Parts: sequence; C-alpha cells; structure tokens
Amino acid sequence: MSITLYNYVLSGNCYKVRLLANLLNIKYETVAIDFHPGKEHQSEPLLKLNPAGTLPILVANGQVFTETQAMLVWLAQQHDPSCSWWPINNANQLAAVVQWLGFSSRLSATIGELRLHSMLNNTINIDSAQHGAKICLRELESHLTEQRIIGQQWLTGDQPTIADVACFPYTALSPDAGIEHDEYPLIRGWLHALRSLDNFLTMPGIHELHELGSTIRDKT
Amino acid sequence: MTGLEHAQKYWYPVAMLGELNDGQTKNTQLLGTEISVCGSNEESVTVSSAGQLLAVQCQYDHVWTTFSDDPYPLFAIPEAEEPGRRFVPCGVVRVSCSPLRAVENFLDIAHFPFVHTGVLGAEPHTEVYKYDVQIDEKHDEVFATNIRFFQPQASKSAEGSIETEYIYRVPAPMAAILYKTCPPKPEAMDVITLFVQPIDEETCDVWPWMALYDDTSTMADLIQFQQLIFVQDRSILENQLPRKLPIDPGHEIPTKADLTSIAYRRWLKKRGAYYGALEKI
Repeated sequence: MSITLYNYVLSGNCYKVRLLANLLNIKYETVAIDFHPGKEHQSEPLLKLNPAGTLPILVANGQVFTETQAMLVWLAQQHDPSCSWWPINNANQLAAVVQWLGFSSRLSATIGELRLHSMLNNTINIDSAQHGAKICLRELESHLTEQRIIGQQWLTGDQPTIADVACFPYTALSPDAGIEHDEYPLIRGWLHALRSLDNFLTMPGIHELHELGSTIRDKT
Repeated sequence: MTGLEHAQKYWYPVAMLGELNDGQTKNTQLLGTEISVCGSNEESVTVSSAGQLLAVQCQYDHVWTTFSDDPYPLFAIPEAEEPGRRFVPCGVVRVSCSPLRAVENFLDIAHFPFVHTGVLGAEPHTEVYKYDVQIDEKHDEVFATNIRFFQPQASKSAEGSIETEYIYRVPAPMAAILYKTCPPKPEAMDVITLFVQPIDEETCDVWPWMALYDDTSTMADLIQFQQLIFVQDRSILENQLPRKLPIDPGHEIPTKADLTSIAYRRWLKKRGAYYGALEKI
C-alpha cells in the first residue's frame, strides 16, 4: 500500500495527518511543498491535484484526498482494527466525532488564520478572527469540563478519537497566534493527555513533554 | 547617539528579490517607521519612507535598505560568489521578540538537544565542548571558532548522525552567519545566515538565507528544513523575559557555554547598539 502526503512542515492541517499516522504506526512518504515563500500549493501541478489550492493532499493507492477530515477517517478506518479512533459501532459517539471534526474547521478558520498572520504576515480580519478564536476555546473548555464531570478525558469518550487529533493542533498552537492557554485549565490538561500518548509526534510550536528524570525514561 | 540613531546606520533586509511583483507595493516597517517597497526586479526596486526615497541595494537574494546617508557598508559574504553553491532564500518569519534576541538565539548551541531534538541535537549528547571566541579587529565582528557538536541530522544532506563543526560570525548587530560541516563536500562548509529586519524593539521579521553544497535535495526540502528549525525556536523566543536583551553584565549569570553570547552582548554595548537592548533594570 502506498501513501503519499504532500506536506508543509509548519501547517497544522498537514500535522493532523502526520500525527494520526504516527499514532497508528502507519508508514507514508512525504513530498515537501514550498508553501512559503514559494506558494507552490497554488502552482499548476498542485492545482491539478487539488483545485482548491490547499494543503495537505493525500494520495493513497491512487485515490486523492484533499480534505483533512477525510484523510483522518480513511487512515483510522483502514488501520485501526479496534475501531476506537473512528468509532463506527456507536452511533452517538460517531456523530459526536463528526460534530467535533466540523468544530476543528472553525479552529483552522480562526486560530489557524491568526497564526498565519502573526507568523507569515498574511492579511486577515484580525478582530473577527480573535473573537472567533475565543468563542471556540471557551466552547472547548466548557465541553471538556462537562466531560471531566462524567469522568471522561477525551472529547467524545474515554478513548481518544480522530476528533481529538483534528482539534489538537490549532488549539495547541494558539500561543503562536498570541492566545495563551492560561485561561483554559481543562484544555491544558487535554493537550497534556494527547502529548502523553505513545507514538506522539511533535511539530514546531508543539514540544515534547519533558521527562521527569531517568525513572520515567526507564519505564518507557 | 541613541540606540535608534545607531541602528539607523546599518543596512537591513526588507524583501526577498523573488517576491517582488510589479504593480504591488509591499508595506512594512523598519525600526518603528513605515516603509514601502515597490518595483519588480533588481533594477527597478525602490524603498521609500514618508515620500522620501531610501538607499537600496540587492544582495544575497534580498532587497536591503538603510535610513542613513553614510551607512556602515553591508557586510561581505565571500561564499555568495562561489560557483557550485545553491542559494536558498527561506522567506520571512515574524517573531515577537527583540531583534537582538533572535540573533543571540542563533548563536547558541546549548539548546540544540532540547529544542531541536533529533535534528540538531539529542540527549544525552548535551555537552558543549570548549570553543574560542574573539573579536575580529579588522572587520570588527564577533567570531567564534572550534565549535563541535553531535548532531543526529545536521542538514538535509546528512545521512545519519555526525559530529558537526561550526564557525559563527556576527558582522552587524542584527545579522549572524554560521558555517558548518557540509556532509556531501567535507573540504567546504555550508553557510547559513540569519538576516533580521527590526520592525521595532520587540518585533522582528527574520529572513534566513543559505548557501549550500547540495545537489540532491529539492528547494522545498531545503527551505522546509530551515523553517522547521527556525520555527522550533520561535515559541521559545516569544517567551523570553525581559523582552529586550539585557546587555549590562550582572543582569544574568552566564555559563561557559554562553561564550559567544557574552562576546556578542559586550560587542553590542561597546558600539552603543542599544536598539532592542535593555540598558539598565
């Protein structure tokens, strides 16, 4: 099986795919796309592959995916026999996962855009993006609080799903956009839980958890 | 002379030659002042501020400008003339930090295993071996030599971990150049620079540029390798306090590994390069 990811290392959406592939131990190839400064994602060959001109693009066994959420669904459905990351056997949870996949687009449209603005100086409507980002983070914080009360650590249950993977990057990267996590203790706990998973993968702006000495290192 | 007046005597990068686009004006800032970059190529590019044209020169794939009528000359990078090297402008990344802190971070090796884990360093290889720092009197530059460090992936062209040798030059307060082992061509060294455009005292646009011997990696691979490393530093830089770089001795307690940084701070202080610096607490 061949899987190729057209990738930009600083993109939170590309990172969602790399992160899930790593968590599920899936092997894949990457092709580096010069998003900045080259704007290669808007070039003729890439537009042929993805008329929307966005990244990531995933080609799996000849099938082309251009929507990040579809890539996550495909990777999980193909490679997770336990059906925990994409819980097809539980209608309520499955719908909740899709709900949060939709929510992850709002994170990209607010925090993701703000981050591009503060890092690469893209032109955006800052006030509306900042306002939207705050609403998203409060909604997430409030949901995680309710989950905590019923004893669940993750967005839709007691196991992480692709919803957690989809919402993680831009939430974790919000300090890049000037939005700190101090006001969101439950979000901080959830980010920490995700970073503690086996086979977690970092990206610039999302660091590894510091090991607390050799005892922990010996255990792992 | 104030820190600002001193800073105004240097050349700064304000655009990449490759991004110039006829009919499109790029508005940006330099040392707290609004400036505009117009033109489509090396011949036609102009930089202006409040209707006044500023001096312009194109070097190292970037457009440089200065506010001074009598600026210090732009530093030389002889390797930019060497045939066979690939020149890689890496675009711009904005960082909310003092321009001096961006340069100082570039000079630091001790953080490699912790911030660039698995690439420029790895535990337990954290030791910074003894190295030498001097002021090159002829060119008035900070010059650090004999630096060696264990690196899992020193560059895109490296196959496996190597002990890398580094040389650092600081030719201007807001620019730094490093020379490091070139895996495919051991007799030469790769050149990686950090050109800093000071937006104001606590914000900068950073333009990394490279002159490498590497015939196999794609341009996108080379650029992303450098961006990956630089953006790993970004979140650290934005959290450094105090926001301005303390250059008076006594503000911080350095260790032996910080030799280049100490020399850099002393050199800034001696020449009155206080823009972006904390003079007194």
